[in-house]
Amino acid sequence: MFYREAGDFKTSYVEDGQTFPIRLDRWGYYAIVFIAFAAIPFLINDYWANAVFVPFLIYSIAALGLNVLTGYAGQVSLGTGGFMAVGAFACYKLMTAFPEINIVFHIIVSGGITAAVGMLFGLPSLRIKGFYLAVATLAAQFFLVWLFNKVPWFYNYSASGQITAPERTVFGVAVTGPHTEAWAKYMVCLVFVFVLAWMVRNMTRGTLGRKWMAIRDMDIAAEIIGVSPLPAKLTAFGVSSFLVGIAGALFFAVYLGAAEVGEAFGPQKSFLVLFMIIIGGLGSVFGSFAGAAFMVLLPVLLKNLLVGGLGWPTDLATHFEIMLVGALIIVFLIAEPHGIAQLWRLAKEKLRLWPFPH
Amino acid sequence: MSSLTHKEEVPEGGYRTPDGRIIGGVLMDLKDITLRFGGVTAISNISFDIRQGEIRAIIGPNGAGKSSMLNVISGFYVPQEGEIWFRGRKRPPLKPYQVARQGVARTFQNIALFKGMTTLDNIMTGRVTRMKSNMLEQAIWWGRAEREEVENREVVERIIDFLEIQAIRKTPVGRLPYGLQKRVELGRALAAEPDLLLLDEPMAGMNVEEKEDMSRFILDVNDEFGTTIALIEHDMGVVMDLSDRVVVMDYGRKIGDGTPDEVRNDQAVIDAYLGVVHE
Ligand SMILES: Nc1ncnc2c1ncn2[C@@H]1O[C@H](COP(=O)(O)OP(=O)(O)O)[C@@H](O)[C@H]1O
Ligand SMILES: [Mg+2]
Repeated sequence: MFYREAGDFKTSYVEDGQTFPIRLDRWGYYAIVFIAFAAIPFLINDYWANAVFVPFLIYSIAALGLNVLTGYAGQVSLGTGGFMAVGAFACYKLMTAFPEINIVFHIIVSGGITAAVGMLFGLPSLRIKGFYLAVATLAAQFFLVWLFNKVPWFYNYSASGQITAPERTVFGVAVTGPHTEAWAKYMVCLVFVFVLAWMVRNMTRGTLGRKWMAIRDMDIAAEIIGVSPLPAKLTAFGVSSFLVGIAGALFFAVYLGAAEVGEAFGPQKSFLVLFMIIIGGLGSVFGSFAGAAFMVLLPVLLKNLLVGGLGWPTDLATHFEIMLVGALIIVFLIAEPHGIAQLWRLAKEKLRLWPFPH
Repeated sequence: MSSLTHKEEVPEGGYRTPDGRIIGGVLMDLKDITLRFGGVTAISNISFDIRQGEIRAIIGPNGAGKSSMLNVISGFYVPQEGEIWFRGRKRPPLKPYQVARQGVARTFQNIALFKGMTTLDNIMTGRVTRMKSNMLEQAIWWGRAEREEVENREVVERIIDFLEIQAIRKTPVGRLPYGLQKRVELGRALAAEPDLLLLDEPMAGMNVEEKEDMSRFILDVNDEFGTTIALIEHDMGVVMDLSDRVVVMDYGRKIGDGTPDEVRNDQAVIDAYLGVVHE
């Protein structure tokens, strides 16, 4: 069985434009989808759900969102944590105000609200670029966390200042609240990931994605062929914040169950998601997943290996992890800005030529 | 052929070229354009017109203001004085993307491609103004989104064939050699199917063979699609071969305007090119 394009001729532009033009890739994708939907839900337990799968899925959505904005449209953002908080608080307010409406709608509407907020904060991007935009979005991050701390209406005047997700069901199965089972959490997140990733892939392979990338690569040339910068940038902010908002809503309602805004959605969250897309690969759907997987798995692996296996103290292992991530970020930024996704592509290119490299 | 059996009329304001092509009326009319950057006057009181179907060259020494002129036409710079008339109407100050939507496309002196995108995607981006599907249709890849993608891909594939760049279709343009990048940039401009195509030094930095290819493409574009072309070029030989009429600029002023032969024998032009010392 060889990994080849040969014998796999494209006879139409529709086929040529598909996501997995190589047959083996397509099968691999179907296999992963099958395992994700039909096998894992039956095998998953609380440890795997909480330590690995649920955070991986939710961070994948956040990373996809940031990748749309930063990787595809070239607008650096350090406000991801703040926008996740918008999604979380929107979801909390909706859940408590309209308990009879299905949580899935609440989560989607939370994404919509975050999209609106994100577009508002995206308006300055017309005037400011690069470093200055990054600083402006970091300011948004601090402002939003401050706002959700400061105005008690957002946390329904609760004494602790925390927000807590009440139990909500989908088809009679609890998906939020303390009695939620591992497989239910996992399935909700998986369905969102599946649909959203498919949509992002569609948007980025068509004219919208080309507009974003054109603005990223050379904004004056984009304008000269008819891309008007305001809608192109605002759609990127909108789509990105929609995804990040949904990630925030899921993170709070399904994963954490209860959240304190500064702790759950502080600036460190913004950097975490940024690191995911740098390590995974800027401007790549696959890279968003790879980066999320890497950053979620790394602490789990290191903990098992260093603390469990070698008997290191926990804080030493944590510091080691921070250093390792820092080093990796530098290596990737200098040597391979397209991250794991590009390494994977190169490996496949080699494989396609194997065993005759010329 | 019809042109042999009954002679085509030369339209009002047009003319017939020595090689028998019919040039139409005025497509773009630039009137008394003055452009200043602070104290520097890049363009000083220049007027000329571009007629339907012709190849109009702008020549002149470095710093003469040629690129600035194209930037005025494509909406990057708003001149302090003067009027731009396009298709018989006075044009209000427009943003570059609005000029693009009126049917003006261009290439840049320093290649301005989308480096991270493939040749195909770069040229597809030239079709943005023709793709109308909304964000939701794009997201679910339904109806218009997919149909438009295929229709526009067909147009783009014809351009790829025309420019003979099939082999680099899926290559990120950042990896291409200079000459090919220039060609892809031309492809991106052509993809817009412009009425007026502006080329800023399309042959700069090319070897003889590449220049010949590019000249052929420019002539073919003009001939096959009837596209009006305004181009800036340094190489006098190329200009003489390609263009119908030439504007000569020096220090922001127009010092000559006419057919290549007229311009070549003009004393002011000869002085400028021979480097007569300016006071
Ligand atoms: N954006 C700008 N800001 C300031 N001066 C400029 C700018 N663009 C062009 N100029 C000046 O205008 C003059 C004409 O430049 P340009 O149009 O690029 O000439 P050419 O294309 O004929 O070589 C030069 O003196 C140049 O320095
Ligand atoms: Mg120039």
